[in-house]
Amino acid sequence: MAKVWIDGETSIEVEDADGVNAVSLTVDDKEIIVSAGQTILEAVQRVNGIGNIPALCNHPAVKPYGACRICTVEVSEDGGSKFKFVAACLYPVKEGLVVKTNTEKIRTLRKGIIELMLARCPNVKRIQELADEYGVEEPRFVLGDQDCILCGLCVRACQEIIGKSAISLVNRGIYREVAAPFYAYELTEECIGCGDCAFVCPTGAIEMGDDGKPILPKVKIPYAEIEALMKKEAVTPS
Amino acid sequence: MVEQVRKLLEKRVESAAELEKLRQSILDKKDSSRTCVSVCGGTACRAAGAEAVVDAFVDEIERRELQIQVELKETGCHGFCERGPLVVIQPKKIFYQQVKPEDVPEIIAETVLGGKVVERLLYVDPSTQEKVIYEPDVPFYKKQTRTIFGANGEIDPTNIEDYIASGGYSALSKVLTGMKPQEIIDEVKKSGLRGRGGGGFPTGRKWQSCRDAEADIKYVICNADEGDPGAYQDRAILEGNPHSILEGMIIGAYAIGSHQGYIYVRNEYPLAVRHARIAIEQAMDYGLLGENILGSGFDFKVMINKGGGAFVCGESSALMASLEGKIGEPKAKYVHMSEKGLWDSPSLLNNVKTWANVPLIINKGADWFSKIGTAGSKGTMIFSLVGNINNTGLVEVPMGITLREMIFDIGGGIPNGKKFKAVQTGGPSGGCIPEQFLDTQVDFDELTKLGSMMGSGGMIVIDEDTCMVDVAKYFVEFLKGESCGKCTPCREGINRMSEILNGITHGKGKQEDLDTLEDLAGILSAGALCALGQTAANPVLSTLRYFRDEYLAHIEQKKCPAGVCRELIQYSIDPETCEGCLRCLRACPTGAITGGKREVHTLNQGLCIKCGACYDVCKFNAVIRQ
Ligand SMILES: Cc1cc2nc3c(=O)[nH]c(=O)nc-3n(C[C@H](O)[C@H](O)[C@H](O)COP(=O)(O)O)c2cc1C
Ligand code: SF4
Ligand code: SF4
Ligand code: SF4
Ligand code: SF4
Ligand code: SF4
Ligand code: FES
Ligand code: FES
Repeated sequence: MAKVWIDGETSIEVEDADGVNAVSLTVDDKEIIVSAGQTILEAVQRVNGIGNIPALCNHPAVKPYGACRICTVEVSEDGGSKFKFVAACLYPVKEGLVVKTNTEKIRTLRKGIIELMLARCPNVKRIQELADEYGVEEPRFVLGDQDCILCGLCVRACQEIIGKSAISLVNRGIYREVAAPFYAYELTEECIGCGDCAFVCPTGAIEMGDDGKPILPKVKIPYAEIEALMKKEAVTPS
Repeated sequence: MVEQVRKLLEKRVESAAELEKLRQSILDKKDSSRTCVSVCGGTACRAAGAEAVVDAFVDEIERRELQIQVELKETGCHGFCERGPLVVIQPKKIFYQQVKPEDVPEIIAETVLGGKVVERLLYVDPSTQEKVIYEPDVPFYKKQTRTIFGANGEIDPTNIEDYIASGGYSALSKVLTGMKPQEIIDEVKKSGLRGRGGGGFPTGRKWQSCRDAEADIKYVICNADEGDPGAYQDRAILEGNPHSILEGMIIGAYAIGSHQGYIYVRNEYPLAVRHARIAIEQAMDYGLLGENILGSGFDFKVMINKGGGAFVCGESSALMASLEGKIGEPKAKYVHMSEKGLWDSPSLLNNVKTWANVPLIINKGADWFSKIGTAGSKGTMIFSLVGNINNTGLVEVPMGITLREMIFDIGGGIPNGKKFKAVQTGGPSGGCIPEQFLDTQVDFDELTKLGSMMGSGGMIVIDEDTCMVDVAKYFVEFLKGESCGKCTPCREGINRMSEILNGITHGKGKQEDLDTLEDLAGILSAGALCALGQTAANPVLSTLRYFRDEYLAHIEQKKCPAGVCRELIQYSIDPETCEGCLRCLRACPTGAITGGKREVHTLNQGLCIKCGACYDVCKFNAVIRQ
């Protein structure tokens, strides 16, 4: 017999599921039985009131990607003695897994990630809300003024839902951005103007333009001042 | 055409016995008394002019009609690249360094024909000023244990018969004729071999999970992406002894049941690519690769894939994405690559050096291998020893050698009478180890304990004139440029670290900065998607751990104790000691110094750009840096 939580307060006792398709795991000290083949995030989101996992780069309609890292949780595969950090949106549920979604360490990590996001995108409402929730005040860094957190949802929506490749993520590191083919801001014929990219964007960085096509977020060369300094001072240990 | 096919069939070795026969016939043809002139043809020696030296030998040998008495061989890297082009006269191993084409007639006349040594081409030990005649006596080589790397200087990498003559492919024939796949894996497990690509993961265990994974198709991959700045040991092996890698891979493939392999090598390594390609062709011709290897019924093919050169493409999931023709971006590895890797098939990925160890373990046995090294790290490791050190190059040492032995005995210590300050190990995400740990035994676990790591074998020696905040900044800058940008902690976090470090080195550091750096380090290690981000804070954490004073001097006193950070130093002329020699005045690019002959010079701070030229040229120590 196992206890299955219907929501955070109510549980029912069920017969052990027949092993193959169901796994039981512990989330924040509560045992849940869920079907196998899903991620921790999916499982936790389906059971009301259990776990607390924010997610920014995940959407049920597209494949998980693991970019924002805000969904990080601690898991233990040995019954709770050794824990590691994993992205809940990617980590598959397993029999006997112990998951902690809201420990001190996790809150500190999420707070740090949110601080980094807020410093990049100080004016984005969704990030401001998360900052409030996790107690991030003024970021300790030079503020940027971007809207896009590079979660990649727009690109995946365009590819996986619409079957198009009208936009993609280009460039490395802090120069990464969402762009149309050939690294242009102008969209090509490939774009059918469906607006899915704008719809899934968690930060509102994409708007639909008057021509019925999305206006992609423009990356303002990040933290330009520091960049210039560094070019002057490129020092290598000899 | 028919002729070609006939030739091919003739070359094919159909069984282990035939391989032995072939080996014997190659050895019989070799005349051991014959002089062999071997010229290093590694990338570094080539850059120093080795090809012209080879041409000069060809001409001179022809001119004197010595083709029968003298064998000329172009080998792979010997490790002491700094002294290239290197020429070694076998069998005595007379060692000539920095050889030029003009030296060649003399070498032939004096050494090859006359049996005498050309003194001026010998290596002079800088610490004793003594000339060294034979290669093994050179202090740089003396403390090395060159089990993998030794063959590099002996064989011609473009000639499979050279490899076969030296015992090559005997490990393969041993496993194909007498060992079950599981026995091979047990032997590798027993040897204690750990991956040489960075993580130090037990190789046998990885092979086991690949073998146990149920699938029709499995892949074997050699990671020759080698993106660490300054490291080139993988290139040197692939260039100098490509068959040893192939042999290791074929054995691995047989052990896990794979029929297709890839060598993922960076595009910037054209010679390595060429030699690997020639090796594959020759091994195919000899029936040592391809279908029905050595008549055993086992098939295995290897393809070469050229990587685009991004550092992160060396990370296993990014490498496999790149092999699949996708963008080389890391993915979460919650299901292991050994179960679901390349095209979702079980994939066995090992580093070049790891593969190179495999034939040795099979031939000499796990017990032989595990006698070398420490309790947790067996065998040898190849390091690239660079930085502020007298002898730079590639060194192969047993695990467990101390840092002191590596730096002072093999490396010959710090040049220009400077003091040792730290050694940075493990590549860009490694750490800096200070003087008090010089007697640490070098192995996977000890380096990790000190906040650094083995990595792929990078070792950069740092002297007292180096600023540790600047060193941390250098590596953070490197990683910032190499971050793929996919995940928030790495993309944003490394950038912010760089921002803070730049502030500190520019005199804008704040007391809280050190806490912020430590917070960022925590976010990176717990939150980043792949190991690039997870380990990116190591350079900062290790310098904070051992050189916190230096950070504080930058922040509190706005001083750079090593005199490196320009914003924090000032040059001035001491009127008491200045002899008025005009040197500094002439050297100054901005006209900041004025004075006449035998007059005390003055330095105008307003015009000084702190280039340090005056400091370097003054013979009287009258220019002061503060
Ligand atoms: C950013 C990054 C770069 C890497 N680059 C290399 C590399 O150039 N060569 C290599 O062998 N391993 C590299 N690795 C380690 C590989 O991911 C992998 O662990 C290794 O190839 C496995 O082989 P081994 O078990 O023989 O060490 C890198 C890892 C990371 C995170
Ligand atoms: S609007 Fe264009 S770019 Fe956006 S999802 Fe639709 S097709 Fe793709
Ligand atoms: S535009 Fe929106 S959906 Fe696209 S990557 Fe940026 S934040 Fe994500
Ligand atoms: S840690 Fe860095 S390199 Fe690795 S996936 Fe994240 S952004 Fe890319
Ligand atoms: S080089 Fe030195 S000694 Fe000569 S003028 Fe300059 S400061 Fe004086
Ligand atoms: S540091 Fe350079 S610029 Fe300044 S005085 Fe000396 S030579 Fe001139
Ligand atoms: S939701 Fe999991 S990493 Fe973004
Ligand atoms: S390339 Fe010649 S010694 Fe390294």
